[in-house]
Amino acid sequence: MVPVSYYLVVSGILFSIGAMGVLLRRNSLVVFMSIELMLNAGNLAFVAFARMHNTFSGQLFVFFVMAVAAAEVAVGLALIVTIFRTKNSINLDQMNNLKG
Amino acid sequence: MPMTMDMFVFLVLAFVAVASAFGMLISRNGIYAILFLVLNFLTVAVFYLLLGAPFIALSQVTIYAGAIMVLFLFVIMLLGTDKLPPSTGLSYQRVATYVLGGLLLAEIGYWIWRGALTGVIPPPSAELNSMASIQEMSLMLFSQYLLPFEVTSILLLVAMIGAIVLTIKQKGGRG
Repeated sequence: MVPVSYYLVVSGILFSIGAMGVLLRRNSLVVFMSIELMLNAGNLAFVAFARMHNTFSGQLFVFFVMAVAAAEVAVGLALIVTIFRTKNSINLDQMNNLKG
Repeated sequence: MPMTMDMFVFLVLAFVAVASAFGMLISRNGIYAILFLVLNFLTVAVFYLLLGAPFIALSQVTIYAGAIMVLFLFVIMLLGTDKLPPSTGLSYQRVATYVLGGLLLAEIGYWIWRGALTGVIPPPSAELNSMASIQEMSLMLFSQYLLPFEVTSILLLVAMIGAIVLTIKQKGGRG
């Protein structure tokens, strides 16, 4: 018997680590991975609440979040590849102008 | 509270999940960061199994730990940028990150504590982890959530076209 708040604490810790990764890392791919970690923490909270309330809606929302994350990764990685072609770097510190 | 099997599995997995997330945060090499994240996703998949969500757990393994992370691995190997020089950013950035991250964690913890969520999750029953639950879930997906499902398919189509348009090399253009 695991209290639901334990799952929420794990989810909160994972979300905080993801947010720290976005703030700390300069490698845009690692920043992107941190965003995935935050989405994952949200999913964990969704499933824990779905189990607490005995409904499937939470699990279906996780399904949709996964689809959105997949779309986001496809477009985001394409953007990173394009930026690498013009700037020869994926360091976030060097992405400081809009005109390629 | 006596230590049940469930609790033991949860605590071990929670430790692995948090440790692998930290590993991703501090590893210098991008490949190691990806592998740590895959480990994290797999432990979260086992959490989903503990919570009685077998379909979500398997989607997590195939979509997240499988497809998405392989895509990351491909891009990082394709670009050959697995190692970056240390950041030359602002010097107080690192301290500010830890302070702000700690504040966020404290805030989340405070609201979980204040919310007094005392609900207890029983160990997964055989009935929840069976095909019947997947059947019920899919019925709900194709009745109550049909419109979001269709919108998701359009979103995936747009993302696919967008990725191709962004990365295609134009002849004579700067590409």
